[in-house]
Amino acid sequence: MPAPAELNIDHVAKLARLALTPGEKAQFSQQLGDVLHHIEQLSKVDVSGVEPTAHAFPIYNVWADDVAQPALPVEVALRNAPAQRDNMIVVPKVVE
Amino acid sequence: MKYEAVIGLEVHVQIKTHSKIFARVGAGYGHEPNTLTDPVVLALPGTLPVMNKAALDAVIKAGLMLGCEIAPLCKWDRKNYFYPDSPKNYQISQYDQPICVGGEVEIELPGPARNLMGEHKRIPLTRIHLEEDVGKLNHFAGDSLVDFNRAGTPLMEIVSEPAMHTAEEAFAYLTSIRATMIYGGISDCDMEKGQLRCDANISIRPVGETKLGTKVELKNLNSISFVRDGIAYEIRRQVAALESGGIIVQETRDYDGQTGVSQSLRSKEMAHDYRYFPDPDLMPVKVDEAWKARLKAECPELPFQKQRRFIEAYQIPYTISSVLVWDKDLSDYFEEAAKLSGKPQAAGNWIVNDLLREIGASKASLEVSRVRPAHIADLVKLVDGGQLLTAAAREVFIEMFATGEMPGVIADRKSLKAAPADAGELEQWCREAIAANPKSLSDFKTGKDSAINGFKGFVMKAAKGKASPKLIDETLRKLLNAPM
Repeated sequence: MPAPAELNIDHVAKLARLALTPGEKAQFSQQLGDVLHHIEQLSKVDVSGVEPTAHAFPIYNVWADDVAQPALPVEVALRNAPAQRDNMIVVPKVVE
Repeated sequence: MKYEAVIGLEVHVQIKTHSKIFARVGAGYGHEPNTLTDPVVLALPGTLPVMNKAALDAVIKAGLMLGCEIAPLCKWDRKNYFYPDSPKNYQISQYDQPICVGGEVEIELPGPARNLMGEHKRIPLTRIHLEEDVGKLNHFAGDSLVDFNRAGTPLMEIVSEPAMHTAEEAFAYLTSIRATMIYGGISDCDMEKGQLRCDANISIRPVGETKLGTKVELKNLNSISFVRDGIAYEIRRQVAALESGGIIVQETRDYDGQTGVSQSLRSKEMAHDYRYFPDPDLMPVKVDEAWKARLKAECPELPFQKQRRFIEAYQIPYTISSVLVWDKDLSDYFEEAAKLSGKPQAAGNWIVNDLLREIGASKASLEVSRVRPAHIADLVKLVDGGQLLTAAAREVFIEMFATGEMPGVIADRKSLKAAPADAGELEQWCREAIAANPKSLSDFKTGKDSAINGFKGFVMKAAKGKASPKLIDETLRKLLNAPM
């Protein structure tokens, strides 16, 4: 089945920060299109008697008390950072 | 053409908790960079968020204080975007089911004069939702540095309806929210520490038009006066643009409080497409009546409610009340002193004039002040009872601010008490004064009331200037009116 017209693969790729080749664009358009078609089918099911839910399980109010635990040592926290300076993670400049 | 501005504010308030909203590492300001992180905050693989109960309590309490409906059921959503301040590449927030709906903020606009109460208005709220704060970016010439200490701090976003029309209203709105949150113990709302942050949506339209104009989002309003100045600037800018035949472009602008100018923020993040969806890692929250009732009982009296009560119950002038009520601790302090002294107006005057002046001059704070409400009450009683004259009482005040001694002790030690020590001696001086001034006596007896002043100088001289004019007057009248 062809991908639905509302699927803009360039936009989706941009939001995901992915640079796709023309071949990948075609491939992912097909796959994402199949997902959308599947959702379309699900949308046809009559759910008028079913309460909407944000979660698969009817479990509510899961929380912890507000008690602070020790933090990660800073050298451990930064171990995966590709670059660091002054105990902070270096990233490309994000404002002009 | 006359234009009116339409302003809506989005106010972010950091909730004062011990730990973060979805992780149990400590939360706080002013720590060394990246020392308040854990695997959940850093979004390391396999970690799961767990809600902080205290953050929920705080936002519900805030909602109750502002008259919101508390949703019986709410959930958490992921707001997806890439930015280095967000370790997960999404922010956990609330999209279509916020925890608080509606509500309003009472504001007071500047009055016609400083000593007159201004107009009160109620600014309607759209919603309050709970979310997590992001990390902090520090920008340098060639790169940016990320500190995740702030990431995951509980944050609530208070969204107003586009219902304000002037920069003064926005200023009053923020002032009121700030005081309310401090009263409720929800946040310290220190804007310098980022605990209170404000973005404004501003548009203008011809007066009488009901459709909203193109809105501009003004960011970086990082002090309450910048909010007022930034909004005023933006309104002027939009009016000037339309009047010169230009158009308003929908954009985000950054206000620089130092230069007083805003400029367009050209960011790649401008095309917002957040693809919100429910966060499968967090369970929805149900709030029942018992929970609400428990928090309702914890809600303090709001600043304006307190002001109305103070003015009515203690008969204090508006000016004094408006200094007191914006500071919860100061207003509680006043109330204690008012009750202990039985003279609320005098207590209010000492606190607002002398105490605040000394605290300001010594760069101290009410918290560490050695002068407590009991000191104020004793001082008021000494003055009221005539044992201390005003000038002497001021001297006692300064000494007691420095030493913390009770006013009676200082007055005795420094011989500042009004003379004489006992009523018998004063009466004796008064008798002598009357005997020494037969002319004044006959004048007084024939109805010339001011003739009484003829005796007072004599008595005051005998008392070496330390007698209470009020007591002298009373004693003289008692003697003069008694059958001789």
